[in-house]
Amino acid sequence: MKTEYKRVAYYPGCALEGTGHAYNKSTREVGKALGLELDEVKNWNCCGAMEVKNIDPKVQTYLSSRVLSIAANEMGAQVVMAPCNGCYHNLKKAEHELAHDAGSRDVVDRISRKAGHATYAAGQVETIHALDWIKDGIGEVELKRRVRNSLKGLKIANYYGCMYTRPRHIFPEKDQGAGTESTSQPHFMDDLLAAAGAENVDFPLKTACCGGAHVLSDSDTSTKLVLNILRAAEAAGADVIATECPTCHSGLEMHQVRAEKVLGEKTKVRMLYFTQLLGIALGLSPRKLSVHENVSDGIAVLKEKGLA
Amino acid sequence: MPIHEKSLIRPENIRAQDKLIVDGVDVSGHWSTFIEPRVVTDYNERLEEEIAALPGGELIHRCWQCGSCTNSCTVNAINPDFNPRYWIYLIRTGMESELLRDKDIIWQCVSCHKCTYACPRDVVPEGVMKATARWLELQGHTPKSKSAIFDEEFTEQVVQTGMIEDGRVIRGFFAKTGQPLLQNWLVEIAKRVARRLPVMFGLRMGLAALFRPRTRGWTKARDAITEYVEEQEALQRKALGLRNTK
Repeated sequence: MKTEYKRVAYYPGCALEGTGHAYNKSTREVGKALGLELDEVKNWNCCGAMEVKNIDPKVQTYLSSRVLSIAANEMGAQVVMAPCNGCYHNLKKAEHELAHDAGSRDVVDRISRKAGHATYAAGQVETIHALDWIKDGIGEVELKRRVRNSLKGLKIANYYGCMYTRPRHIFPEKDQGAGTESTSQPHFMDDLLAAAGAENVDFPLKTACCGGAHVLSDSDTSTKLVLNILRAAEAAGADVIATECPTCHSGLEMHQVRAEKVLGEKTKVRMLYFTQLLGIALGLSPRKLSVHENVSDGIAVLKEKGLA
Repeated sequence: MPIHEKSLIRPENIRAQDKLIVDGVDVSGHWSTFIEPRVVTDYNERLEEEIAALPGGELIHRCWQCGSCTNSCTVNAINPDFNPRYWIYLIRTGMESELLRDKDIIWQCVSCHKCTYACPRDVVPEGVMKATARWLELQGHTPKSKSAIFDEEFTEQVVQTGMIEDGRVIRGFFAKTGQPLLQNWLVEIAKRVARRLPVMFGLRMGLAALFRPRTRGWTKARDAITEYVEEQEALQRKALGLRNTK
């Protein structure tokens, strides 16, 4: 267990204030129930998401570095936690670029000075995902002890998406043997949900792409990619796809509806954030975890399984 | 993993004759097809340099043509014409006219980073795809893709206010690409959500649309980013031998 994860600087990011509101709410509720504290990063800005790098990658590095700089220099934080895969990926990428690329350091320093804040220096803070936060801040043993409403009988396909594990070089702490996350076969979400009593199905598309970058600009491609993921989850026998990224989550939900409306392809599997599922297991109400905000009817599947 | 190869023989150049006898030899049918020869003379010797001058394309020279990128590619799996390995080959050999045959699909890279994960030479093929799409637009070979319009709408909002609001980006994108916002599947999503949502949720979304979320004291950052981006764009246009618009 890592005691420094008990209280972390929290970077929700733009998506969690909008379409991913349910992920924000359920992350905060689960933290509260587990005694893990969150200090929201003060006056944060967008990390650059998937888009700014296509205009200029170094601007994206600057945007992410400003968030890290505030956490490190204005809040004195040691750990920054981002539940959104996009934010998490970008903060990690900025950390890597600042440690290895002089050109990025120069640009970040130049913009930071003009913007009037301290330049972030690589290594000042550790960036973690919400999965690391719970896995290493509480652990499966303690989580199991706190389960009030076991997810027994619920079959889950764990979907991690692209940005949590790729490319490998920006995640130096992964693939380091026992206890660390794997970039080819990630398992942290599987571990946590198994501790909550769920049955994880053997799901081959854990790190497949949902086409999230082109959710609206190339909808036909995204619908095909999403349909592939939904069908694979159903073939594996899953009732629910557990997600850990607001872009993946809304991509799966939106294109499930689009596949139905445009291609006439109906799928039944429901999407829930892993924090919503953990919250249910901890005895919190679906409403408190904002399950009703999901597009796919999560409440129905929880009722079917006697969990709500 | 299957090896995805790209044939350099164009289907339209294959000539099969139902009945043909040449010098007394029967060469009818598919067992003996003819291929119309073609000669490439219009090499663009600066093509690799130009791609390398754009963000993402810097490491293209490292490619060994192993094909790991194409093998792992998400988009290739649904459209075999989407072939990063082949495009890198064309760029490095300067075969611009061949590259232009695929100009309308290169922007479709979904940035899943599988290629970058698989590449043994750290070429960052994902970046090369972005640089190539940008090159096609700057050179006037393609109009701005929907993806580029989305990126610009998004980035503009981040640069202006430090944050984005989903609804505003979506509305701006649909307006700029001339698509109606009321597509049947989007309406269906709104209906499904509305069925379960409390009034407070609608109220909050409405407020977000009225009062843009913004980072306090962002003006100086905005100006510094804008200045840097304009500088970079001028440098890129210069590297491509284009006149500056400003």
